[in-house]
Parts: sequence; C-alpha cells; structure tokens
Amino acid sequence: MDRAKLRELQSERLVKIVKYTYDNVQFYRERMDEAGVKPSDIKSIDDISKLPFMQKKDLRDYYPYGTFAAPLKDIVRFHASSGTTGKPIVAGYTQNDLDNWAEGVARCLTAYGATKDDILQVSYGYGLFTGGLGAHDGGQKLGATVLPMSSGNTSKQIMLMKDLGCTGLCCTPSYALFLAESIAEDPDTDIEKDIKLKFGAFGAEPWTENMRKELESKLRIKAYDIYGLTEVSGPGVGGECEYQDGTHLWEDMFYPEIIDPVTLQPVEPGQQGELVFTTLLKEGMPVIRYRTRDLTHLIYDKCRCGRTMVRMGRILGRSDDMMIIRGVNVFPSTIESCILEIPEFNGQYFVTVDRVKNVDTFDIDVELRPEFYTDNMDKMLNLKARLTMRLVSVLGIKPVIHIVEPNTIARSQGKAKHVLDKRQFKNE
Amino acid sequence: MIIDQLSIFLNNAVGRITEVTSTLSEAGVNLKAFTLSESSDFGILRIITDNNEKAVEVLKANYFAVNVTKVVYMELGDTPGALYNSIQKVSDAGVSIEYMYAFSTGDAASVVIRTEDIERCNALIEEV
Ligand SMILES: [Zn+2]
Repeated sequence: MDRAKLRELQSERLVKIVKYTYDNVQFYRERMDEAGVKPSDIKSIDDISKLPFMQKKDLRDYYPYGTFAAPLKDIVRFHASSGTTGKPIVAGYTQNDLDNWAEGVARCLTAYGATKDDILQVSYGYGLFTGGLGAHDGGQKLGATVLPMSSGNTSKQIMLMKDLGCTGLCCTPSYALFLAESIAEDPDTDIEKDIKLKFGAFGAEPWTENMRKELESKLRIKAYDIYGLTEVSGPGVGGECEYQDGTHLWEDMFYPEIIDPVTLQPVEPGQQGELVFTTLLKEGMPVIRYRTRDLTHLIYDKCRCGRTMVRMGRILGRSDDMMIIRGVNVFPSTIESCILEIPEFNGQYFVTVDRVKNVDTFDIDVELRPEFYTDNMDKMLNLKARLTMRLVSVLGIKPVIHIVEPNTIARSQGKAKHVLDKRQFKNE
Repeated sequence: MIIDQLSIFLNNAVGRITEVTSTLSEAGVNLKAFTLSESSDFGILRIITDNNEKAVEVLKANYFAVNVTKVVYMELGDTPGALYNSIQKVSDAGVSIEYMYAFSTGDAASVVIRTEDIERCNALIEEV
C-alpha cells in the first residue's frame, strides 16, 4: 500500500474511532469537551493533534470498565498488565479486536519468514499476560502449528522442541537466552542435529543488539523483535522484517506519533521523542493518543523489504526519566549513548543535578576501562574534553565531567539508578 | 638507569593518599619517593617503592587503579651542574620531558624523569 492510500485509510478510520469513543466512553468525552474538540472537527489524520491524550493513569483511574467502549456482552476476553503496585490495567477485547490482534501477530510472523509449515513453540506465559495467547492466536491465524508451551519447565521445553521439531520460538529474550544456555549444557541435545529452530519472536522486554547476536549464535536462528503493549492491544503492534533494521508498526491499525514529552507537540519526522498510539480499529477498549512513555524515533523511508509501513527505532528509555537542566530537556539515555561512543569509557555513569545561586549545576561521573587509567595526565584530560564536547554538541548544554576511580559508581541490578536530582522542585 | 614507577589514579587525592600509604605499610612495602600531579578533580600519585610487585598486588586488591610506568632514574653526584647538563643534553636531542621530580635518599639526591622515549633518554643521560 503506498503511503497516500494508507493516509486515506488512516483518516477514514480515525474519524470513525473518535466518534465511536466520544459516544461510548464518558471520560474521554469529557476530555474532548474540556479541550473544546468535537468529533466533527476530526476530518483527517492531520487533525489528530487536536485531540487530548490518554495516559496510564487514566486507565487506572477509570478501572475496571470506565475506559471500555463496548458493552460487556460484546467483550469476549480480558487481559491485564502486570502492574507493579496497586490495581492492574485491565483490557477488554471484542471478537474483532482479537481477530485484528491475531492479524498483527500473523504479519510479524510472515515478516520473519514463517508459513503454515512452521511449528511455533509459544513459551510466553499464558494467562493474564498478553504474550502467550497473543502469539498463540497469531500463529493459528497464519495456519502454523502452535505448541502452547507457556513458560517454565525447561527440560520439557527442550524435549518437545526436539521431538516435535519446532521451527519458531516465541518468548521473552531473557527466557530465550536461558533456554539457549540450558540446551548448550544438556549432554543429550546437539543444537546442530537435534534442534530445528529457524527464527525467534522475542519481545515484552527491552533487549540489545548484543543479546540478538548471542541468541542468534547460540540457537542458530534469526532473532526478531516483536513489539506491543497491553493498553494498545498486545504483542504484534509491530515487528521486524528480515532486514532487522527497525520495527515495522502496523499503522493501519495502530497509528503512531512522536511527541515532545514537555511541550506535548508533535516533533519533526524522524526526531526522537515519546511514542504515542491511537488504535484505529479497537472496539473493546480503544485508546486515543495514548502516551506510552517509550522514547524512540520513527523512520518513514521505505524499507529494503518493500514494506511502506513506518519503522520504529530502538527504544532509548522512558520519558519519565527526563530532566530539565537550564531549560533543556536531557534524557539519561542520550548521555549514556554519548559515553558509549568513546571506547575508553566503560559506560558506567552517574549524573548529579543541583541548583546553586539559581543556576543548575550538571555533573557527570564517569569511569574508564581499567587500561586507560594511565600515568599520562594529558591523555585523561583529553578524554574528558572529548566527552564534554560530544555532550555539548548533542545536548546543547555543558556538563562538568569527572573521571572517577574504577568501581566507585554504584552498580545496581536491573534498571540502574543513574541520576540524583538535588533541586528542590521536580519536573512535573 | 631505567626503573619502574607506580602510578595510582586518585579522586579526592589528599584523603586517598593516606589510604595508599597505609595499604603499603601494612604490606611491608617501603616508599622511596612519591609525587602528586593534580588536575581539578583527580590526581595521579607516582611512587617508587622497594617492592613493586607486592605493592601492585596489594593496591589492586584494595581496588586502586594502579599501573607500572618506566622512568629514567639518575643519582645526582657532587658535581654542581650535573643535573643541568643532563637535562640540556636530553632536550637538545629533541626528547621532550613529560615530567620530572627529585627526591633524597639519605645523603644523596636522585631525579626521576618521564618521557615517551625512555630508552633514548636513558642512553643520553648515561653518556654524560
Ligand atoms: Zn522492512
């Protein structure tokens, strides 16, 4: 589909979904009224920026049914997100929603090269989590054979993977890595002879290019990203193609925008910002301009695979992590990527922001790789200057860089804590 | 002659120097010389010890960023102007000196010189 045709389709669908949501979801009707926008003001996809946003907080505040647009008699399934605290986010799906969701997953599987001849081992958890049933329905929609394995019981996973000759694996990248290591340690399993896997559909948590390489070499597969979130649908909002050069988003169903998380205005095409989705077809729980808090950018150039649908770059972090320093938006992920560009630094960093005499101070502690703590003062001062210049050119403000002794920046498990903001106010 | 010097990277150098010296003395390593070179937020402590191997071992075990650097060591004789002559000779030969420092060993005084071209510097000095 060429992009002009796609825009026509998106416009048509947006007009419908806005009217449908306005008529059926009280809280969003109130939001639109407050913003002074009527459904009749939305004539094409270009009008989308007139609409108010939805956020995770809204889905919590109107729990459990306040954000549903369809009556319960038409809702055929619930899923729920794993909320860390308090009430989860519950999503309701009509049969059409499930069909469209499966269609999204089936498109991803097709992009990975899967056909009805493939046997999919679905090792995402089955249940409230959207991963298991989402991949399951998508696999069946494609006509592939689905093994509803769910997660856990590693030895059985390996046994059935071998005995049934599974060709595709759907799970989180960290579980895939665990399976790969278990296969390598299993004396009765030869990855070359016994395992028939060709590809993996990995998602539900962020992963890196290094993890991809590791999974591809350990499992002898091609490892692809599958993207999605419960609030919007589930896995299969988008997926990578054979070129593994960005995640195609199925924007005829899920319309993506990138906004500046502070001004809330759309950014120029290709610029980094917060990803926002509008579900163009959902009936059960439509979301309009839903702020994902994921930071990324969109690539509108035609992909080498021939698909015209937009691609999403790597997710660089969360917009909640943003700091405003001397009036400039600064993301820890940007600082991190500048540091990683210079190989002498080991990638550990700690940002301290404070306010002294009404001026924001901005200090970054960094560590070097052990071999670069040399006797040569000039070389180390040079490294410090290089990083400072790089950050100035990327951020637009100048931090004070401190090279600190090795292992002095606290390592934390999981989401590392990289920032201390000592200022009296918060950026809210 | 060419000898080994240990360079230790330190933050908050003044406070950390005591930790370096106590670490070494607990291990029975004696310091023959030390000098500190500082930038605005870090310093490099350069030391010469009587047991470099042991010193590196205990410093690393205590998480200090330490490495070994070759330096030229010369004892200053009684001849006045000996140091001047040597330095003159090195710099006339186009060998640039990164840093140097002097220390006393009992009655005599010694000088340590660091340059990129350590072999050449040493040869020039030993000719004097
Ligand atoms: Zn593509």
